Amino acid sequence: MRRRDFIKTMGVAAGASTIPFLKFLPAEAAGRGDTLVVVTGNGPNSMDIQRKGTNRPSYQIAVNLYDRLLGYGTKTLDDGTMMYDYQKLEPEAAESWEVAPDGMSITFKMREGATFWDGTPITAHDVKWSFDRAVSLGGFPTVQMKAGSLEKPEQFEAVDDKTFVIKLLRKSKLTLPDLGVPVPIIFNSKVAKAKATADDPWATEFLHRTPAGGGAFMLERWDPGQQTVYTRYDGWKNGELPGVKRVIIREIPSASTRRALLERGDADVSLDLPPKDFAELQKSGKFTINAAPIENSLAAIGLNLTFEPFKNKKVRQAIAYSVPYDQIFKQAAFERGIPMWGGKSFTPTSIEWPQPFPYDTDYDKAKALLKEAGYADGFEVPLSFNLGLAQWSEPMCLLLQESLAKVGIKATIDKIPGANWRTAALVEKKLPLHIKNFGGWLNYPDYYSFWVYQKGRLFNSMNYHNEEIEKLTDATLHLEVEDPVYVANIKKMLAIFFDDVPLIPVYQPYLDVATQKSVSGYEYYFHRQLDCRSFKKATA
Amino acid sequence: MNGNGKLRMIIGRLGQSIPSVIGIIIVTFVLTRALPGDPAVYFAGPAATPESIQQIRESLGLDKSWPEQFLLYVRDLATGDLGVSISTGFPVAEELLRRLPASLELTLLALIFSISVALPLGIAAATRPNSWVDQLCRLIVTAGVSLPVFFTGLFMVYIFYYLLGFAPSPLGRLDIIYLSPPQVTGFYTIDALIDGDLEVFGAALAQLIMPAVTLGTFTLAPLARMTRGAMLQVLSSDFIRTARASGLRRSTVLYTYAFRNALLPILTTLGMVFSFMLGSNVLVEKVFAWPGIGSFAIEALIVSDYVAVQGFVLAMALLYVALNLTIDILYTLVDPRVGLDD
Repeated sequence: MRRRDFIKTMGVAAGASTIPFLKFLPAEAAGRGDTLVVVTGNGPNSMDIQRKGTNRPSYQIAVNLYDRLLGYGTKTLDDGTMMYDYQKLEPEAAESWEVAPDGMSITFKMREGATFWDGTPITAHDVKWSFDRAVSLGGFPTVQMKAGSLEKPEQFEAVDDKTFVIKLLRKSKLTLPDLGVPVPIIFNSKVAKAKATADDPWATEFLHRTPAGGGAFMLERWDPGQQTVYTRYDGWKNGELPGVKRVIIREIPSASTRRALLERGDADVSLDLPPKDFAELQKSGKFTINAAPIENSLAAIGLNLTFEPFKNKKVRQAIAYSVPYDQIFKQAAFERGIPMWGGKSFTPTSIEWPQPFPYDTDYDKAKALLKEAGYADGFEVPLSFNLGLAQWSEPMCLLLQESLAKVGIKATIDKIPGANWRTAALVEKKLPLHIKNFGGWLNYPDYYSFWVYQKGRLFNSMNYHNEEIEKLTDATLHLEVEDPVYVANIKKMLAIFFDDVPLIPVYQPYLDVATQKSVSGYEYYFHRQLDCRSFKKATA
Repeated sequence: MNGNGKLRMIIGRLGQSIPSVIGIIIVTFVLTRALPGDPAVYFAGPAATPESIQQIRESLGLDKSWPEQFLLYVRDLATGDLGVSISTGFPVAEELLRRLPASLELTLLALIFSISVALPLGIAAATRPNSWVDQLCRLIVTAGVSLPVFFTGLFMVYIFYYLLGFAPSPLGRLDIIYLSPPQVTGFYTIDALIDGDLEVFGAALAQLIMPAVTLGTFTLAPLARMTRGAMLQVLSSDFIRTARASGLRRSTVLYTYAFRNALLPILTTLGMVFSFMLGSNVLVEKVFAWPGIGSFAIEALIVSDYVAVQGFVLAMALLYVALNLTIDILYTLVDPRVGLDD
């Protein structure tokens, strides 16, 4: 024993000079009382959400390590699941804000005493630099900012250290909520500018690897492809201090291994399990399964209007009557979602979105419609899905193929690897019959229409073009929900969605997250990443 | 065989392999671009417009003609710049340096396990042909090679970790409470020893055991069967009969004379097995969350990350060349009859 201690001490002494932080966790943390262990399938590939090529898991860095001007409140669903409340905006880095009487500008008052990790105060100048960056870098962040009518650096002004003004190009209900999405984060502009160069004025090289912010968590360690470790920033003033001191996020590619780790208690939170596993874990009753419907999101079937038979509305409706909805929901989705079929009428009575479309499995109606359209003998069509989403897409396609055969339509399954999916489905828009699963961040049907139903939009994989929808969407996108025209417009849009049906929804998927019973505070967010600031862990 | 001759041989061999490496570079370059899939679309991210995709295409240099792209690539290679991977955001050289030691450590341990089981098994089977030992050898190796690697991996996780609980959590190279030792070779076990940290060494070794055994069971078959075959052949030769007749001890006959002569084909198999393990351990890496080079390559291929795939193939080609060279040098050590030049 003594020799071992001696070796250990020598090792520590020698290693202490090379490693800047603790070699081993203190015993309490080894029991993980205030450390949260999260296992996920994919981790971040960049610390900078505004960088080109940043993957979706990197958004959690923007959520946890950086602040925004404002954030969302919390609401609780009937089953106890907590989720963000997109109608309740709460101050974060901005203590308060005021919309000008003419509605064309918003003035934000920065919070007193809020600091970045290095102790320097968060000022309006940092916000201006950060927002200028977001709209200038191009790509996804710029498009996302545009959704909230935040388009040009001229719109942003830092009046003084504590006052930040946004001048609006047009009044829009989306501007304020767009400030709470992961994109418009506040960088420590002094640190970033020191690392900027003539070729790289926005310090993209530096910020890609090293975050420079003032969020509730700091980055302790990032081993790309392996793990990301956060540690709490105890000087955080922009909200309630997180309940856990450390978060370790491990990348475990195999879903079975993630499940095993959760069940053995070596992991506290697990994301990305197959729906079947979530269903089983829920039944076992030993874990907390937080299931929240992913807002503004549909698992649906897309019909490409460049494919001859689908040009006829009757054929599209026939397909909508041939989908084996119940089977798909039970066997492909394991009921992890909300059914989106079986609506009562073709005239919508509410503007709730998503809402069930007025179709159900009815082979007789389908055959009648096909006969009317002149396709009594059916036709052949390839049915494509994204291999990256095979877990639920593949069974869905197989069931659909079987079902379409009953009305004489011969569907051949076309598996498309993830890398090619975007190009084939969204850019070239050449897939006749395919599975869709777009989910919009801002929860409005007009927002969904903007991305999916308007001509030429990236997610309009159906090549759909309807002049009425164009007019309605443009008119409605920036209207306030309270505007009387809004409700009328949405109902008209929904009626067209139901009737034209270039997109057949099947269900609204859940986002499932499994946690140990000792973990509480999980909140569902539209960005589908873990916001670790609200987590609490009951010590054993 | 003097030192000078050996040096000449090494240089000669390296020279001979240059055409193949060049060929590999060209073929990978063409293949990655011939496959469907557009990295510009991936890189442009969600909500991309045709204009932004074209912008990205130009910044990645993909709008130029293939010969032009190839010349640019070769020019970069000459300065040691393997490009920046779009899927991970880091330079390819850095990724390879980070991931290759992880894969090598796993593969070497798997090889050691494989050798230590297959060789004795093969020798035992050869010395007792058609006995129960021979049948046992057949059974073990057939089971090892016929079960898919990921199945063996998942099965081991299920039995030893999930049910019995005495294997460490399959979380990767090191358990959560330890920090990796300061980098010298990139092998956690060796670096921990260099650092004098026995606890981290033990932890790293513990994490290695299950994936190494999983990987090793797959290669038991070729090694054991080759050992058995080579030993049988040698044991039936004249000089062995002479050795026995001269009254030498059994162990001397077996190890000093028979085994050493049977070593050549075993070494060849070893070389093939090693390179096979290194490149195709993706599934083991996935099951055990091992940050190795196989999963890096697969992820890169899935998103059409040209530079990463090219970098990976080039690295593997060079490694294979070095491996072949090592095997050839080992030949000359084992069998003095194997000449320097052909």
